[in-house]
Amino acid sequence: MTKKELSVRAIKNGTVIDHIPATHLFKVISILGLDKITDQITFGTNLKSKQQGHKAIIKVAKKYFADEDINKIALVAPFAKLNIIEDYQVVEKKVVEIPEQIVGIAKCFNPKCITNNENMTTRFSLVEKSPLALKCQYCEKITNEAHLEVL
Amino acid sequence: MKNKSLVSITDFSKEEILRIVELAAEFEANPNQKLMDDKVVSSLFFEPSTRTRLSFETAIQRLGGRIIGFTDSSSSSTSKGESLNDTIKMVSNYSDLIVMRHPLEGSARYASEVSDVPVINAGDGANQHPTQTLLDMYSIYKTQGTLDNLNIFLVGDLKYGRTVHSLLMAMSQFNPTFNFISPDSLKMPDEYKLFLDKKGIKYYEHLEFTDIIEEADILYMTRVQRERFSDPIEYEKVKNVYVLRNSMLDNTKDNLRILHPLPRVNEIHTDVDANPKAYYFEQAENGVYARMAIMASILGLK
Repeated sequence: MTKKELSVRAIKNGTVIDHIPATHLFKVISILGLDKITDQITFGTNLKSKQQGHKAIIKVAKKYFADEDINKIALVAPFAKLNIIEDYQVVEKKVVEIPEQIVGIAKCFNPKCITNNENMTTRFSLVEKSPLALKCQYCEKITNEAHLEVL
Repeated sequence: MKNKSLVSITDFSKEEILRIVELAAEFEANPNQKLMDDKVVSSLFFEPSTRTRLSFETAIQRLGGRIIGFTDSSSSSTSKGESLNDTIKMVSNYSDLIVMRHPLEGSARYASEVSDVPVINAGDGANQHPTQTLLDMYSIYKTQGTLDNLNIFLVGDLKYGRTVHSLLMAMSQFNPTFNFISPDSLKMPDEYKLFLDKKGIKYYEHLEFTDIIEEADILYMTRVQRERFSDPIEYEKVKNVYVLRNSMLDNTKDNLRILHPLPRVNEIHTDVDANPKAYYFEQAENGVYARMAIMASILGLK
């Protein structure tokens, strides 16, 4: 049996986040706060992907993500897949899914929206997954991918 | 409808809109009914709006209710830095109903979530102004005898004008035909045209304000606002193009009525005012009856 060569080294325990759009790798890193943790992180980007041209992959040792964090990734990497690794084995696969209601994650692009002027939680409903379009529950304006800021 | 806030025109169903229109007619026939004599209404105007505020206050007075509140935010605790959350929480303890005008978009939705009593949105920035829409609907119903199958012309600033957007959404439940007349830079946004496409409602776009209006049942004029233009030359080019003059009404239908949310600047020449088809001042009066109907039904009094 020939062993498939891995572009990014395997981890013993932790989470592999695969199928991140290459252009959004650093956004995912910042959303998940991976730039602030001390455990080992390896990543690769501009890897060839059958599904999406160029993808990125992140392997985070010893870390497992809460669903809330996964939702945050879904906004910039809607097709990301998570592999939960224990002792080099994939024990669980998770698909990220943008929820119909996005609460407290995204920022409304409208500077005149109440959510940008009052200490409160933002709420959006999902209008379109790709290209991403979120409708603010308050000002009713659409925030699209180009204007998306994750809180 | 009892205890239901009115934030956006889409909060009310077709049946609820019709109910408001019928109730407004009832109040117009009999305007002094002391249904609210044990009610206190908070009138919170975080930005001044004389027309809307006086219309609401007249409606409250005619129903025998009492009013607390302020007419601009400099006389409220907002000027001390109080959050909207805190102002609404406090005020909802004092009153049975909140009428709110606020410069920030989405403020009314937020207030309705925070408040223990119903909130009526009297305008939240450029977002929604549903009581204007309901008074427009009442004016159309009153002058045409129906809301169904009408040919409605919207003229002027169709891009930024929130009144035309809300009216379009609400009227779409009554199988209208729309005609949009505007400069290219102020055309009806695609999202509304897509909405009409999905509902299978016919609409036509025109750049020229011509005898096409002879087909109209309702001619809804709006102001082309100077502040909407980044290029002053562009404003100068279009500001006098969409002006309605009395001579243009010669061959229009007998049932045609001209509406305008007011204030008008020069888009309706004063020579139109004496024409029986001019309806904008009556329209403003209808606002009082429409708001009486809205408040009475939200408070469960009718």
